[in-house]
Amino acid sequence: MKRNCIAQSSRAIGLAAIMALFFVFGFAQSQAQYTPLTGPGSAYSVPQAQLIQPDALNRLLQAKGTGKPLLLQVGSRLLFDEGHIAGSVYVGAAAQADGLQQLQNMAAKLPKTKFIVLYCGCCPWNHCPNVGPAYNQLHSMGFTDVKVLYLPNNLGDDWAAKGYALERGH
Amino acid sequence: MRLNAATDRGTERGISAAPRTGPVRRSVLGRYTLALLLAVAVLADGGTLSASGANLPVHKQAPEFVRVGLDHKKIDLNAYRGKVVLLDFWATWCAPCQVEMPSFVAWQKKYGPQGLQVIGISLDDDAALARGAYGKLKLNYPVAMGDAKLGDLYGGVYGLPTTFLIDRHGEIQAEYRGEANLDEIERKMQSLLRSR
Repeated sequence: MKRNCIAQSSRAIGLAAIMALFFVFGFAQSQAQYTPLTGPGSAYSVPQAQLIQPDALNRLLQAKGTGKPLLLQVGSRLLFDEGHIAGSVYVGAAAQADGLQQLQNMAAKLPKTKFIVLYCGCCPWNHCPNVGPAYNQLHSMGFTDVKVLYLPNNLGDDWAAKGYALERGH
Repeated sequence: MRLNAATDRGTERGISAAPRTGPVRRSVLGRYTLALLLAVAVLADGGTLSASGANLPVHKQAPEFVRVGLDHKKIDLNAYRGKVVLLDFWATWCAPCQVEMPSFVAWQKKYGPQGLQVIGISLDDDAALARGAYGKLKLNYPVAMGDAKLGDLYGGVYGLPTTFLIDRHGEIQAEYRGEANLDEIERKMQSLLRSR
């Protein structure tokens, strides 16, 4: 009786272990495909309160009068040439030392209260290597009014596809 | 992609049933509603939303291009007519691209004899970076440097990864943007390889 009970318990534990392995293995496999970029340099390091949504930025750019931000693209040069938010300025890929240095040089000439919107849109937000370092750079320099444009997938899907203005070329 | 498929199916059913009246018509309306609900459901799925834009060149002839590859050999898209082409826009700074590319290498090896040809277009600003990745990732398919003009030809490649599947007749059959489902791409590719 006792032996039967132990055997049944062992089978149950074995089955549970196999199921757990399947679960963990399957989970690990799905995670292995596209592991989000996390940590201090990721887009997630930008505080939620400092994000600006595409429709809000578009309204801001369309509005008459002052109060418009300085728009800085901190990603790929080639993608900037293909299409960038009208009026924006190319700085450099902030994930690279050169790009970050260019951002620092440009920002050094600006008042710390300057309203700046950073954006990239090179790839999905959870993989963007540029906006996090760019935001952190300006924040550490003491800029008090910096927002980052939240583009969940990329500039094409989250800006151009909505009919918001793009410019081509340098 | 799935949004288009769902919408197309709904439209076909609607056209065939259009002249009917009465209860059947209500049924048609129900089908439209179902198609709409399906479309909304697909829109709610972030992974496929990106493949449902209005300006996609899907079901159009793939724009012709000729480039010199990183191995200095000519890449002429037209020369691959009769093959299924997986055209991958990527860059070294694009993390999801690096995840996909080993699969493309494996597919080129596995499906190459059946008529698959993978072509990579690097959107790196610096060709040296692409060359480095070409060796590091042991890419077994041709890769050329892209530019804004080539991106424009393909409906505007404003973000990566972006992958096109082109059938044996040179027509774009699918476009995948962002974090695509690799199983879905493989299934579509297999289906195109079966078609003559």
